[in-house]
Amino acid sequence: MSPANLVEITNLNIHFGANRVIDNVSMALKQGEITTLIGPNGAGKTTLVKAVLGLLSPTSGMINRSPTLRIGYMPQKLQIDTTFPLTVERFLKTAAFASAEDRLQALQSVRAEALLKQSVHSLSGGEMQRVLLARALLRKPELLVLDEPAQGVDINGQIELYNLIASIRDRYNCSVLMISHDLHLVMAATDQVICLNRHICCSGHPEQVSTDPSYIELFGVPGAENLALYSHHHNHQHNEHGDIVPLDDDQEHDHSSCGGHH
Amino acid sequence: MADFLLFALLGGVGVALVAGPLGSFVVWRRMAYFGDTLAHSALLGIAVGVLFDINFNLAVVSCCVILALILVSLQRQKLVATDTLLGIMAHSSLSLGLVAVALLDDVRVDLMEYLFGDLLAITPDDLLWIYGGGGIVMLLIWRLWNPLLAVTINEELAQVEGVPVTRIRLALMLLIGVVIAIAMKVVGILLITSLLIIPAASARRLANSPEQMAVIASLLGVVAVFLGLYASWNFDTPAGPSVVVAALAQFLLLYSLPIRRSA
Repeated sequence: MSPANLVEITNLNIHFGANRVIDNVSMALKQGEITTLIGPNGAGKTTLVKAVLGLLSPTSGMINRSPTLRIGYMPQKLQIDTTFPLTVERFLKTAAFASAEDRLQALQSVRAEALLKQSVHSLSGGEMQRVLLARALLRKPELLVLDEPAQGVDINGQIELYNLIASIRDRYNCSVLMISHDLHLVMAATDQVICLNRHICCSGHPEQVSTDPSYIELFGVPGAENLALYSHHHNHQHNEHGDIVPLDDDQEHDHSSCGGHH
Repeated sequence: MADFLLFALLGGVGVALVAGPLGSFVVWRRMAYFGDTLAHSALLGIAVGVLFDINFNLAVVSCCVILALILVSLQRQKLVATDTLLGIMAHSSLSLGLVAVALLDDVRVDLMEYLFGDLLAITPDDLLWIYGGGGIVMLLIWRLWNPLLAVTINEELAQVEGVPVTRIRLALMLLIGVVIAIAMKVVGILLITSLLIIPAASARRLANSPEQMAVIASLLGVVAVFLGLYASWNFDTPAGPSVVVAALAQFLLLYSLPIRRSA
């Protein structure tokens, strides 16, 4: 394992019965980099993230990470039953052995210190996401894993949240792996984008991915003027089930802008 | 005060104290049906106790614990939804218990006593089970409090943070199994879950933290036991159901009052 990589995934396959949710995925999370997973619903993004977290064991393939790697995790949605009386402070206390000062500092770094004494049931979507982020920071993570951090947050709040995540990366010098639906909102705050649809369709810098034909095929054309610049062939297509259909050999052409593993 | 009344009070108070924190988890984790299922299986424990001539308390505790273990392992399968599974187990174990008790024709088992409890017939031996078992349960809850809360908030988050989630969840189910077994004498198989969930649900109205909710639930349970026994003594009503009615009255009162909470 390269020392610059916190996590290395090699030929990962995860099957639920006959359902091949993750199909031969290889990728690496680099020290200090923000990696964003994008892909349509059912593309296996959450499954891949859970495998990285060790919540799911792979059907085959390798996930290499240091056993002492400190991970801060922010789940997609936290549904706390309203019968559970819980303030933000008490919620953070159930996390790690952190001091009151640590808790306040974590809340300050997500600009949510005013929420300390509030009930978790009274928080807005964006406030809850910040509190969850603060909890993940309490562990002083080397890797921050965020499953759709912007869920339930309005557009302005989303941009702010992604900027916050980028600033946290700089401040805590950690790597970030996150899932997002909207590439254009995360673009500015991302080093590496992986476009996932059970397998890796394409990957690379956000500008490259946003103009990659396989990305456009999944998400539509962001701006038609970009299309011509990066048009190139793929060695496979998708049928309506998202399965890979190989093209004829004479059409095959590896493109350099996409580091995908086809 | 008559001995039996003192024993009834002591038994009821012991069960109410331990039911507070555990009942809170039952409410938070929506396990009311799970509690019912375990309670219904207790009758099977009685039948087994009669059949093999073992101590009833021991037989019921073992039966509840074994059923809790079976439920935990069955919940991993995906063929039948959990609530369907619980429904099947609850009513078939109750029926199996009723059939088994009926087949033991040389022994007369007073069904009413087990279905609705017989608080006024609590013996010193029962008190030993209530305070011994209850004490162990309280000690374990105290030791496991933070991981139990973490698992209740979110199991995956807890697991990433290093909490042994499967073991904690199993521990909680076993604790509930033990409490149901020792509470059976007080309110009976059919009413046990109410003693777990009604005081906890009432306590929610007053609590601003999980700890407050657990403690207030215990206190409300104790008050309900006193009120129920008082009614039973003065109006000759059945003791177990009177305790439950008292708990219900607290619940209705607290939910009709305009209370402002901060959490």
